[in-house]
Amino acid sequence: MAGKARPASDVPAWLVGMPLSYWVVGIVLLFMPVLANDFVLFQILGWSFILGMIALSLMFLGGYGGMVSLAQMSIAALAGYMVAILGTSGVQAISLHWPWWLYVPVAIIVAAIFATMIGALAVRTEGIYTIMITLAIAAAFFYFTRQNYTIFNGYSGFANVVPPELFGINWRRPIPFYYLALFCAAISYLVVVYVSRSPFGLALQGVRDNPRRMAALGFNVVMHRVVAYTFASVIAAVAGILLVWQNAQISPGTAGLPAVIDILVIAIVGGLARPIGPFIGALIYVLLRTFSPDVLLTLGLPGDRFKLMIGLGFLAVVYWSPDGVLGLWDRWRTHRRKAADPLTGQGGAP
Amino acid sequence: MSLLEARRNIGDMLGAAGTGNALELRGVTRMFGALAALTDVTLSVKSGERRAVLGSNGAGKTTLFNCVTGDFLPTSGTIRLFGEDVTKFPPYERIRRGLRRTYQISLLFNGLSVLDNVYLACRGVSRGRYSLIRPRRNDALMQSAFELIEAVHLGEVAETKVAELSYGQQRQLEIALALAGAPRFILFDEPAAGLSPTERSELVQILTSLPRHIGYIIIEHDMDVALRVADSVSMMHNGRIFKEGLPSEIENDPEVQQLYLGGGHG
Ligand SMILES: Nc1ncnc2c1ncn2[C@@H]1O[C@H](COP(=O)(O)OP(=O)(O)O)[C@@H](O)[C@H]1O
Ligand SMILES: [Mg+2]
Repeated sequence: MAGKARPASDVPAWLVGMPLSYWVVGIVLLFMPVLANDFVLFQILGWSFILGMIALSLMFLGGYGGMVSLAQMSIAALAGYMVAILGTSGVQAISLHWPWWLYVPVAIIVAAIFATMIGALAVRTEGIYTIMITLAIAAAFFYFTRQNYTIFNGYSGFANVVPPELFGINWRRPIPFYYLALFCAAISYLVVVYVSRSPFGLALQGVRDNPRRMAALGFNVVMHRVVAYTFASVIAAVAGILLVWQNAQISPGTAGLPAVIDILVIAIVGGLARPIGPFIGALIYVLLRTFSPDVLLTLGLPGDRFKLMIGLGFLAVVYWSPDGVLGLWDRWRTHRRKAADPLTGQGGAP
Repeated sequence: MSLLEARRNIGDMLGAAGTGNALELRGVTRMFGALAALTDVTLSVKSGERRAVLGSNGAGKTTLFNCVTGDFLPTSGTIRLFGEDVTKFPPYERIRRGLRRTYQISLLFNGLSVLDNVYLACRGVSRGRYSLIRPRRNDALMQSAFELIEAVHLGEVAETKVAELSYGQQRQLEIALALAGAPRFILFDEPAAGLSPTERSELVQILTSLPRHIGYIIIEHDMDVALRVADSVSMMHNGRIFKEGLPSEIENDPEVQQLYLGGGHG
């Protein structure tokens, strides 16, 4: 923290220049198991990290690429299915019992190939048509997994899908799972932040803002968009693997249309402008989904109306702040900074 | 200049075999619905040659550029670039072969800095377009981006967002993007429009100091600028090229004088 500031020359510049808020959030997350109970660690935060990662893959495509894909949940679910099919599950007739070091990379590769095919179909469309075609793919995936019994075990899917006992740790225990999910989420977040300023990421933003000029600079715009789908799918796939481990099961409903729409809601409520948005959105979603039944019951309303709460929340955010909670936050900071110092009227976030 | 002439003679010889021209259009027509923006345009520009295209508004000059770069496909006709038939090529394939262009109305990345804009241009015509590794300051490509920025006098605003640049600076950036990599043939679409006299002379200086092997076509209303930076002139009207010649011939041509003095361009 402040005490660590630039004493030794072997501290990299990015570490020294890291804003205080990063340190605070990082340390709180790292020591969360001291503060929070198992339910919060596993069910609230663990799930938020997973949904945040899937929404992050949508944010990467939507925010940097201008392509809103509704197929990210299906891509995550395909990776989850692969873990169940290639690894071990309660369905002995289908599962192949591969070791984890084989089925994890293969699951990610299969999901990436699927995503690349989706991208190849979707990138020639724009705006609402991209949403429609990816929604159609998501619906097709849902019905296919529900009707196919030879590979996807149809309606019932797979149960008893558990993570490997690596290092003698049961990774489904709340604290190990919390750290596993935190690690994957943090890495995904940092990778997206880093890649956004790489040639690939910069060019993707160029393609979003000005595809015609990008082509006139020598970029293959269509290919660049397809590769963005492939890249984003890796994050979704890792999240899908975590999801099947957390639930110990996967079934068609995992990527049913409500779940598909929820990812869009999470990304938009959080904000598509920066990679932290999807995680904020995911936390809000998980909190609402977990606690709104109780709140509704205390108010004397039926508890199963939590969807209504989420819908109203979504409506409120989109109405007052189309760029999500991140946008609200940015405006509040600009406002405060202006109020504090009228001379340096800097707007926006760093 | 004897070397240049030698090259031109070789160019003429090879021209017979269809390989000595940087650019060669045969019977290019482009329709927009019922409107013929280009009608049967035939044009060749030798390697290293600098050509001015003059013509009133709506004559089809920008459409000509759009067909050459592949922004639009011609309705009929063929386009050869450095001897290769590129009529059906996507724009990026033509750019990677050494073609460059600027836009009449700046097409820049307004949310990015000047440096990022130029860096993207340099990256677009080199390998590693999909690289996930952030460039370092002393990267070769980053260095050439800095050099380009200096060359168009934007060194002071390298880190500034494009949206915050003045109009003249945006026009200079537009040119920098077209000079990235190793250009062999450049299309300049009214680069001087809206510039102040000082900025105009800076532009003329940039154009005349380009290496001699780089050919270009410049669309320019201002006769003064056009005639100072071009070896030859093509006149366009209503989607056709109706006259070609040396600057001195065109300047004194009665038909041209009538078109230009009789208004009709803005
Ligand atoms: N994308 C387009 N769609 C329809 N008409 C166009 C388009 N681009 C150009 N035109 C028409 O083609 C003609 C030539 O335009 P242009 O090439 O821009 O002329 P210039 O650059 O010589 O002023 C004009 O009549 C213009 O309206
Ligand atoms: Mg024009």
